Amino acid sequence: MKATLVGVCLALLSVLAISAPVFAHHGTASFDTTKDLTLKGTVTDWIWANPHCFLKFDAKDETGTVRNWAVEVSNPTDMTKRGWARSSFKVGDMVTVNLQPVKNGAPIGRLKTVWLPDGSALGANGPPPAPAAPPQ
Amino acid sequence: MKQVTFIAIAVTALALPGAARAQQWNSAGLPQSALAAPKTNAAPAPKRDIAGIWDAGGTGIAGPGHDSAPWTDWAKQKAASYKPGNGPRAVYENDINDPLSTVCDPTGFPRQVLYETRPFQIVQTANQVLILYMFERRWRVIWTDGRSLPKDPDPRWYGYSVGRWEGDNTFVVNTIGTDERSWLDNAGNPHSGDLKVEERYHRVNHDLMELTVTLDDPKAYTKPWTPRNKMPLTLAPANLDLMEMICSPTEVMDFRKNISDRTNNK
Repeated sequence: MKATLVGVCLALLSVLAISAPVFAHHGTASFDTTKDLTLKGTVTDWIWANPHCFLKFDAKDETGTVRNWAVEVSNPTDMTKRGWARSSFKVGDMVTVNLQPVKNGAPIGRLKTVWLPDGSALGANGPPPAPAAPPQ
Repeated sequence: MKQVTFIAIAVTALALPGAARAQQWNSAGLPQSALAAPKTNAAPAPKRDIAGIWDAGGTGIAGPGHDSAPWTDWAKQKAASYKPGNGPRAVYENDINDPLSTVCDPTGFPRQVLYETRPFQIVQTANQVLILYMFERRWRVIWTDGRSLPKDPDPRWYGYSVGRWEGDNTFVVNTIGTDERSWLDNAGNPHSGDLKVEERYHRVNHDLMELTVTLDDPKAYTKPWTPRNKMPLTLAPANLDLMEMICSPTEVMDFRKNISDRTNNK
C-alpha cells in the first residue's frame, strides 16, 4: 500500500516536472531532482525581487551544525498570483521548509512548500490544500 | 505512514497550479472583487480595434524555448558562446551567460513575444499602435501611417515596425532592423540583424485574440519558421493595474551572490 502511494506520488511529480515551466529564468541542471529535504529553521531574510524571490533561513543539518540556507521560488509577479507577498515572512519566523537541494551539497535549493509559524502553508506553485500540516 | 501522507500533501500542492491557481493581480487600490468578475463576453470583435490588456497566461511563458528551424553554420558559430539556462543546451546556473538574466540587457525583439509573453497593453492612436509590455516594462511603436520600413537601418533592440489591417480583425506587423546581440529565447537560439518578423494579431471575438509570429532569417536559419502559432490571448479587465517586472542589476547581483554563484558543480 505504501509502495503504491509513493509510486502514484512519484508519477504525479514526474508529470508536473515536465509540464510546469515554473522557473523560466533557468532550468533544472543545478538541482538534484532525486532529493527532497524538509528542514525546520529560522528565517534570516526574505528577498522579494527579480529574477527570483528567495528565502534564507538557519537550520541544523544531521550533525547538528547550523547552516544558512537560501531557497528560491519564482518572481514577485508569479508569486503574488500564487498568494505570496513581500510580507509573507519576517526575520525570526520559525518555518518548516520542504525543498529540492542543488547537486553540489551547498545549502541552496528550490523551495517547494513552506509552513509558517501559524501553521498555514505556502506552495511554490500555488496554495497547498488544507489540511497542510507540516511533517512531524 | 506519516512520510507517505506528507509526500501526498506535497504532491497535491504541486499539482494545484493548473487547477486552482488564483488568477489575481495586485491591483493597488482596487478590491479583488472588481477584477474577479467572470468574463463571458464572446461578442463579435470590434472592427479594427485590438486595444486593451491582453494576457497569454502560462502559455506565454516559453522558458524552455522553442523548437527552431535548423541552424545555418553562421548560427552555430554565433550561438557557440551562448550558455542558456533552459532548453537542450542548458548549463548550470552559475555558468549561464544569458545577457538578459545576468546583466539585464534589454529583452529585445522578437524575444519579447517569444520568451515571456507576460500581459501587455495595446494602445491605438491615429498613426501608431503602441504595445506596452509588463515584462521589463518596455514598449514598442508600430507605425500605421503608411510609411515603409527603412532601408538598411541601424540596429535597434526592438527594431523598426510598421502595421496594417487585413480585413477588420487582423492586425499584421512587420519588423526589421533588430539587434543581433539579443537572443531569440531562453534556450539560446540566435538571430541575425537580417531577421524579418511578421506578427499577426487576429481578434477572434471581443475577449479572445490569437498571435502568430513567423521568423525569416536566412542568415541564421535554413527556412522560415513559426514559433508562435495562434497563441491565445485573453482580454484582461480594463481596470487591471499591471505589476512591475523589471530586471534590476542590483537585484540580479544579489541573486547571483546568494544563489547562482553557489550552485557550481566544479
